[in-house]
Order: sequence, then structure tokens, then C-alpha cells
Amino acid sequence: MSPVESALAHLGALDDLAARDTPAARLDARVKALATVAFVVVVASFGRGDALRLLPLAAWPIALGALGDVPWRPVLLRLVLASPFALGVAAFEPLLDRAPALAVGGLTVSAGAVAFATILLKFALALSAALVLVATTGFDAVCAGLERLGTPRLLVAQLLLLYRYLFVLAEEAGRMVRAHALRSPDRPRPTARVAATLLGQLLVRTLARAERVHAAMRCRGFDGTMRLVRQTRLSRADLAFAAATALLLAGCRLVHLPAAFARLLTP
Amino acid sequence: MSHHLVSVRDLRFAYPDGTPALDGVTFTLHHGEAVGLVGGNGAGKSTLLLHLAGVLRASSGEVRVGDWPVTPGTLREVRRSLGLVFQDPDDQLFMPTVEDDVAFGPRQLGLPEPEVEARVADALARVGATHLRRRPPHRLSGGEKRAAAIAAVLAMGPSVLVLDEPSSNLDPASRRALIAQLCAFEHTKIVASHDLDLVLDVCRRVLVLSGGKVVADGPSHEVLSDDELLAAARLERPLRLQACPRCGT
Amino acid sequence: MSDALVSPAVGGALWLAAAGVARHAARRLERDEERRLPLMGVLGAFVFAGQMVNFTIPGTGSSGHLGGGLLLAVLLGPHAAFVVMASVLAVQALFFADGGVLALGCNAVNLGFFSAYLAYPLVWRPLAGDGRSSPRVALASIAAAVVGLQLGSLAVVLETRASGLSSLPLGPFLLLMQSIHLAIGLVEGAVTAVIVLAVRRARPELAPAETGSARAVVALGTAALVAAGALSWFASTRPDGLEWATARASTGAPPAASGTVHELVARLQRATAVMPDYDFKGAAEPGRWGAPRAGTSAAGLLGAGLSVAFVAAVGLGARAVRRRGSRRP
Repeated sequence: MSPVESALAHLGALDDLAARDTPAARLDARVKALATVAFVVVVASFGRGDALRLLPLAAWPIALGALGDVPWRPVLLRLVLASPFALGVAAFEPLLDRAPALAVGGLTVSAGAVAFATILLKFALALSAALVLVATTGFDAVCAGLERLGTPRLLVAQLLLLYRYLFVLAEEAGRMVRAHALRSPDRPRPTARVAATLLGQLLVRTLARAERVHAAMRCRGFDGTMRLVRQTRLSRADLAFAAATALLLAGCRLVHLPAAFARLLTP
Repeated sequence: MSHHLVSVRDLRFAYPDGTPALDGVTFTLHHGEAVGLVGGNGAGKSTLLLHLAGVLRASSGEVRVGDWPVTPGTLREVRRSLGLVFQDPDDQLFMPTVEDDVAFGPRQLGLPEPEVEARVADALARVGATHLRRRPPHRLSGGEKRAAAIAAVLAMGPSVLVLDEPSSNLDPASRRALIAQLCAFEHTKIVASHDLDLVLDVCRRVLVLSGGKVVADGPSHEVLSDDELLAAARLERPLRLQACPRCGT
Repeated sequence: MSDALVSPAVGGALWLAAAGVARHAARRLERDEERRLPLMGVLGAFVFAGQMVNFTIPGTGSSGHLGGGLLLAVLLGPHAAFVVMASVLAVQALFFADGGVLALGCNAVNLGFFSAYLAYPLVWRPLAGDGRSSPRVALASIAAAVVGLQLGSLAVVLETRASGLSSLPLGPFLLLMQSIHLAIGLVEGAVTAVIVLAVRRARPELAPAETGSARAVVALGTAALVAAGALSWFASTRPDGLEWATARASTGAPPAASGTVHELVARLQRATAVMPDYDFKGAAEPGRWGAPRAGTSAAGLLGAGLSVAFVAAVGLGARAVRRRGSRRP
């Protein structure tokens, strides 16, 4: 499967997940979006040495994912696929920073190793939160939520149209790449020059499509302003979710939870 | 309410690069009529339809829809009365879900939400797509997309329904369902299509377009049996009117 | 730029800057050009799809793909190009774990602002003129792409340093980033030029976009960026106020008495040193790294294990809630 096709499949899969009716899906999109942002900010606020303190935070994406019946395998796969950059940067840590930080059993763990773990944990936590958000909310609901939170209308409309036509264009690009590969069996991946020509053609077709879409929109009354409406009211479940999230985030940030757990068991 | 619903008088149009497309088209449609528009590739069918909806402006001649001449100032009213279903449903379904697409028109008209909801439900029911409400367009089959696109246009409450190649890319079952739906709509209809059998099923009257002109305008059965005329227009008889392959009658 | 490397201070500051520019651009567009919305949406999808088309770079054998920032600016003008780029990055961050939510502001600036508001009006337009001459378009595209990407990669380096989460030494990091992005810029410029010229041939009536109203944004945006940069630098050279305060407030011993001044000095040193002095860091700040306040590492392990158990319990609990919820008619 070409990268285009697999990316498309991934998008579609997330979208399908979000369309199901689960407790997570029923939560208000605004609440989920804000909670995700708060989560990511809290995760990012930990320092290089705080790998341990980050652990309990994993409860949040896992809980939301469980509430939304999100299968863990695709999420894990997506994280693994996206990890090279973070891995590359994190890999420097154990090499550059050998100062001892912990002694575990007979082994000394360097500060660099801890930093390595911290970076990876942050990466995994922040990005799984985003994935779970999308897998339980549906992009159109996220956009509607954003609009209610004050995002300019044009930006929301842009996101909606982009998302909609992503599939159409990715398919066209995929067909183009496949057609090229079929006529170039020795070297399926195009050179920069060939790719540029193909993309140029795709762009010309895209511009024509944009005109047709514009015409269709005008025929249905589009006069320059897109009217988006989504009425929602907050339910008790929304408030409970928000409270639980706040509790977890505050708890992890203000208290060293793993240490607190340990102290509970060893008074 | 005016007697004619759509009237086109001596319409002429050429594309910006000079290619002539319409060379003096004249016809009149009456309330409740179902007219087929047939012709070869490049005859000007799609161009003509775009003029009816006010997407293109003629270089000369006049188009009237109901009480309104089609001019830049009257587009709002024209588009409320005349709904155009495009050839490629992907161009027409531009919202994240079918529901949002069908609701787009009524919302743009400024209708209150309960009214919008009523229209959406009604339009989807008419095309048999109620179960597709929350689906994203890229998850629909060709027939489902077509149905959703038609619903999106119906929701605006037009009195004239114009369709450009509605049966293209449909499997036989979807096509049959489409024909049934079209026959059931009480709107005034204009159907541009290469699918001559569909035209025969849905439309009592047929216009043949060739070289940007109307070369025939009459009852479907008659026009679509005139072999000479059809050949000159790069067409042939609908399969149903062709000789039986076995016995030749 | 990734969520793993950005601190809330830096990420937040750049988010504010990017959001400000986006808001301003959206307002301008809403006023004058909202009818271009379908074009913007479809072009965003094009850039997204285009980025998925990998090609080999002749001479190196490595693969690359289109960035799209400059192309968008040529087709749409600075405001719309920035909005479109931001939307593409947002979808990538949410769906593909690409970049990240917190780093979104950084990415919007690195990949959107510089090419749309600086490289296009200040480099491409002057060099390409009316866009009719192929050699001029090629030159302009390559120059503008290089400039835009150099600025972008410099920004990444500065953001990483200011965030203080990575020990990558500044000098080598900078050299590496700038040289890589020089090569990338050359390819991006060439590819953009070919695409622009192809569009030109097919649609001669489309002229390169205007930049008029962008001047104000360039000035404002650059000012905002400088302010954001200064703010985040400032924030990172102070002791982490929240952490210090919460460390005091929570149960357990207060942080190492070497406290504030030491922290400040250490941070400054780390931030400005070309090759950080590892001995200094390791030896003088035993309290800063990993070891939980619980003291012994055994307790640390126990704490870790219990945390995992905690997470598992929460997960199972949530699953139970979901099952109960689904059984409701």
C-alpha cells in the first residue's frame, strides 16, 4: 500500500471510530477539546527528570479510549510510525548526559536515560491524547466545538472543507502515483522532477474542481459566509468528565503521585 | 405564478478562450413538464444547465426562471426556485456529513433550525437516504452519493429540478431506484443525459442539442426514433427502441 | 517541531503568536475574500495530499516531499496561505500524531508564517515580477524557499533551546539543521517552480497573488514573534516557578537548598553554552534529576508499579462504564 493509501485508510478508520455511539462520543466536543489541551499543556510542563511523575497521566487517554471503545493497536501503531523524530532527539540524551540520577538494584541510571524516557513519555502521552480525541469525537464535532469556543468562522470552515476534500484529493494523488509506478517498474518512486510535473497536473485539476465546488456552493446559497450551527448543551456526564480530568491533572502536577502511592504502602 | 416556468430565448455563449458553446438556444418549459436534454459530448448540455442556474452569464439572449430573469441581481431568487444537481457528486457534497450537506442550503437561506431539520428529514426521506444522515460523503457508494446530492438540492425547495448526467457511475439497481424517484418528483424537471433509456422513462419531451443549437424539440418517443436526426447529433436510439437482436423487429 | 521537545512556555507563547496572526488573517479574509473559501479548502487538501507523494532527490537518493508553504502563498496570497497552512498542520497534528498539539503554534510559524509573510512578499514577488518569465520564477522560487526554510529551521533550533528539554548542543544542532534545510529548500524551490509554471501554462489568466495588506501583518507578526521569543527565553531562564512552588507546597522535603540562584545559573549556562558542561550539571544538582522525593530507588520502583496499576484500574473502570452505557436502551 502506498503511503498515500495507508494515510487515507488511517484517516477513514479514525473517522469511523468516532461515528459510533459510545459514552465518550456523547461527551460534549468542547469539553473534550479543552480537556485535551489542558492535558497536553500539563504533560509538557514537566521537566527533563520527571519521567516517573508522567506515568499516572497515562490514565487519561487510556480512560477516554476505553470509554470510547478505541482499539489500542492502531493508536500504538500510529505512535510508532510517528516516533522517529522524537526518538532521534531523545536518543542524544543518554549519550550526552551521563550524570548518575538513580540507583536501581545494582544499576545506575543516568540522568540522560531518565531524560530519554521523559521525552518519549511526553511524546506518547500528548499524541495519544490527540488521537483519542479524534477517535471519540469526529472531526466535524471538533470543529463545531472550536467554533463555539470562539475560533473565527473562516478558520472552522477552512478545516471542514479541507477535511472533506482530503479524501478526494488523496485518492487522486494515490491514483496518480499508482499510474506512475505501473509505467516505471524499475523505479516506482518518481524523481523530484517527475513528481513536480505530476503535482502540477494534479493542481490544475484541483483548481478546476475548486471552481466546480464554488459553483455548487453558490447554487445552494453561498454568498461568502458559511453558516454553521450546532446546538449543544452540557450534560452531567460532561461535568463529571471535566471534574475528573481536572482532578487527575492537578493531582499529577502538584503531587508526586508515584511517591505518594509508594508511601501509602510503606508507612 | 407565471405560466412558463423556464424560458430560454436565443441564448449565446462562448468560453473565455473563444470556444463557442451555445449558438442561439431557444425553448420554453411549462409547469410540471419533464424534459430530457440530449446531445453528443461538447454539444453544450452542461453549459446550458449552468446558465439556467446563473453560474455562467450569457453573452446575449435571455434566461427566465419563474418570474425572474436570470441576472446577477436576481441570483438569490433564481436559486431558490431552480435546483441544479451536478455531474460529479463529490463537487456537490462539500460538508463533513450528509446531514450537514443537506442542511447547508436551508441554513444559507437563513431558515430557523426547526425548519432546517424538517427540510433535511423530508429531503432525505424522499431519496431514501435517511439512514445515511451521519455518514461522511467519502464513505458513500456512487448511488448513495447521488441520492445525497439530490437531497441536498431538494432541501432548498425548488420548483424546477435540473440534473446533469444523474445516472453516470450508478450500478443498475441504483439507476433503477433513481428513475423511480425522478418519476415520483412532482417538480418540473430537466434531465441532461447520455442515458437515453432513462430519458425515455422519465421525460415526455426531449430537446436535442448539437453544435450549440437545439436541433429537435418534441415528444420523446418520436424524437428518439428519428435515426437520421440522432445520427447527425452523435446519438442513437435508446436500447429499448432498437431492433430486437434475435428476431430483428 | 514536536510536543516532546517544546515547553509550555515556548509552545504557549508561539501558539498565542500564531493564533493572533491567524485571527487577524481570518478577519481580513472574512471582510474581503471569503468567497475564496472553496479554493482555500481544496488547496489545503491538495497540499496535504501532495505531502504524501514521496519522490527521490536526484544525486542523494534520499526521499522528500512537497512542503507547500511557498506554493500556497503564490496561489493565494499571504493571509489565505497562512490560514490554509495552519489548517493542514492542525489536521496533521490531530490525526497523524505529526508535530503535536502544543507545538502547533511553533509549526504554524516555522512552516507557515515565514514563507507566507516573509519569503513570498519580500523575496518571491520582487524576483518573479509578474510571474511570466520562467527563469525568474525559478530563481524566485528557489531563493524564497531557501530563505523561508532557513528561517524556519533556525526557529526550530531556538525553540528547542528555549524549551530546555533537550541537551542537544547548540552549535552542532544549528549547523546540522541549517545545512539540511538548505538542501531541502533548494529542492522545494525547484519543485514549486515547476508546479507554478505548469499552472501558468494551463491557466494563463491566474496571476501571482497580491501582497498589499500583508505589510501590516509582516510588521505585527514579526514584532509578535520577537516578543514571544523574548518572553519564552525569559521564562526559561527563571526557575520553573510552578514547579518550585508546588514542590514547596506538597508533602515531602523542599527542593535542594541550593535552590533559586543555582537553578538560575544552571539554566543560563545550559541555555548559552555551546558545549554544556556535563560535570557541572551532574555533580551540583543531585536533587534535580529523576529520584523521587521518596528517597530510595526501591520506593521509586514501587511507585512506578503502583502508577501502572492505577492507570490499569482507571482504564478498566472506564471500560466498565462504557459497557454499562451501551447496554442502556
